[in-house]
Amino acid sequence: MDKIAMLLSSSLVYQAGGLVVGILVFSSLVIWILAKTPLAPHTQELKARVQSWWIMAVFFFSAILVNPKITIGFFGLMSFWALKEYITIIDTRRADHRALLWAFLCIPIQYYWVLSKWYLMFLIFIPVYMFLFIPLRLVLVEETQGFLAATSKIQWGMWAFVFSISHMAYLSVMPKIGATLASGQSLLLFLVIVTQANDVLQFIWGKSFGRHKILPKVSPNKTSEGFWGGTLSTAFLSLFLRFLTPFSVVECLFFAYCIAIAGFFGDLVMAAVKRDAGVKDYGQMIPGHGGVLDRLNSLCYTAPIFFHQMAYFYY
Amino acid sequence: MRKIIRIIFFQLFIRPLLVFFVGVRVSGRENIPLNGSFIIAANHSSHLDTLVLMNLLPVKQLNRIRPVAAADYFMRNPIIYFLSCLFFNIIPIERIKISRGNNPLEVLLAALNRGENLIMFPEGTRCKDLESGEFHSGIAHVAEQLPQVCVVPVYLANMNRALPKGEIFLVPFICEVHIGHPLWLKGTKEEKMKVLKDEILKLKGNAKW
Repeated sequence: MDKIAMLLSSSLVYQAGGLVVGILVFSSLVIWILAKTPLAPHTQELKARVQSWWIMAVFFFSAILVNPKITIGFFGLMSFWALKEYITIIDTRRADHRALLWAFLCIPIQYYWVLSKWYLMFLIFIPVYMFLFIPLRLVLVEETQGFLAATSKIQWGMWAFVFSISHMAYLSVMPKIGATLASGQSLLLFLVIVTQANDVLQFIWGKSFGRHKILPKVSPNKTSEGFWGGTLSTAFLSLFLRFLTPFSVVECLFFAYCIAIAGFFGDLVMAAVKRDAGVKDYGQMIPGHGGVLDRLNSLCYTAPIFFHQMAYFYY
Repeated sequence: MRKIIRIIFFQLFIRPLLVFFVGVRVSGRENIPLNGSFIIAANHSSHLDTLVLMNLLPVKQLNRIRPVAAADYFMRNPIIYFLSCLFFNIIPIERIKISRGNNPLEVLLAALNRGENLIMFPEGTRCKDLESGEFHSGIAHVAEQLPQVCVVPVYLANMNRALPKGEIFLVPFICEVHIGHPLWLKGTKEEKMKVLKDEILKLKGNAKW
């Protein structure tokens, strides 16, 4: 019986994978056609972006499909790369060295709680124990100059890139919901596809119709046309992904809209972090996108919110 | 035997550590000469520097590259000396008590004449920033004696954040390596060192961090 349930839920992964491959084939075709027109010089960046999407999709779906341990390890690696990019761009003091080492050490520990499904520990380890431990470790160095700033920077990094990202890993090990085919795994797909679609749609709407800037000091590309067009079209397009979830149509629109709003603000908050650190993007890991963090920034906000909505309403 | 141990150590341990854990980004790798003698001259802020620079070279060249190291530091303890010779193939040179018998220049020229290449840190010790450190003239002396040897300027960024002086644990910061065009230094000793320092400062301008 378990075998059949597993097969059925992995058939959801294949369907979602097919959908994503379809979208990517379509985008590649559009760019291929555009490259034959006079618009060709403008397609270079788009081409790099879509190529990276292909690679990211392959990695993500393989990580989800192979087995749950690989999924958890995959998000652990994402946390590692994101935290590394984050501490590289911010200012750190020589005195922060050991505390930063502990911030990295808490990645395997946090993902171990996921692996062992110790829910309470997963929830409190970083917000309680590490929150108290980081200032404790910093105080041992006896460097009070910049103490509070260093503490908050490290805590924020651990929260956003370890705690928050690990919610996706925990979602992937959540069980099947009632009589539906949906499971934590398919909800994770819903969350990730909707979040990334929201990023792309906001970009497309903003580029095509963007006039009125919102918060230009933080992110010059964000426009109210991009915001409304992006969030609303994300919510409607999410109806195509309803097969991954136990949602009714209204619920699906509601949760997708929450993801769209959270993703928008996640993006803005990370843009402010980058601006504070004085860089444009987090690195050159992914051609056309910047670093791993540039892809994860919306998920830092959407993952914990969607996870706790699901935990409240469905588990 | 030592050569095999060194190659295994680099391929199995150092390379994965630098590529996947630290995340070292290299620009200008094509500027490293494939044949002919060269000296790699870089700024020095961390023990990581030597590992990163040795790792830039293809495996075949690994046993031909010799980091020039301070005898007073690396020979202070026989175990450290043994390990740094085994894994990193260092050339210890005297920094403090220089005499006719242990003239560092002779040792370096002999190594270059044997067909080995050198890694040198003209600052002479690990410095926090490039601007304040005075360049020592060792490289100029070598270039004077062997004008056919070229000097490859390299700027290493963020190494001292990943592994600062006096720290034994590595924290993964993304590090950058900027390799400049090879130089054949001309002019007086001071002119030579000034050209080299200016080149490294220019590379620093390209660094992101």
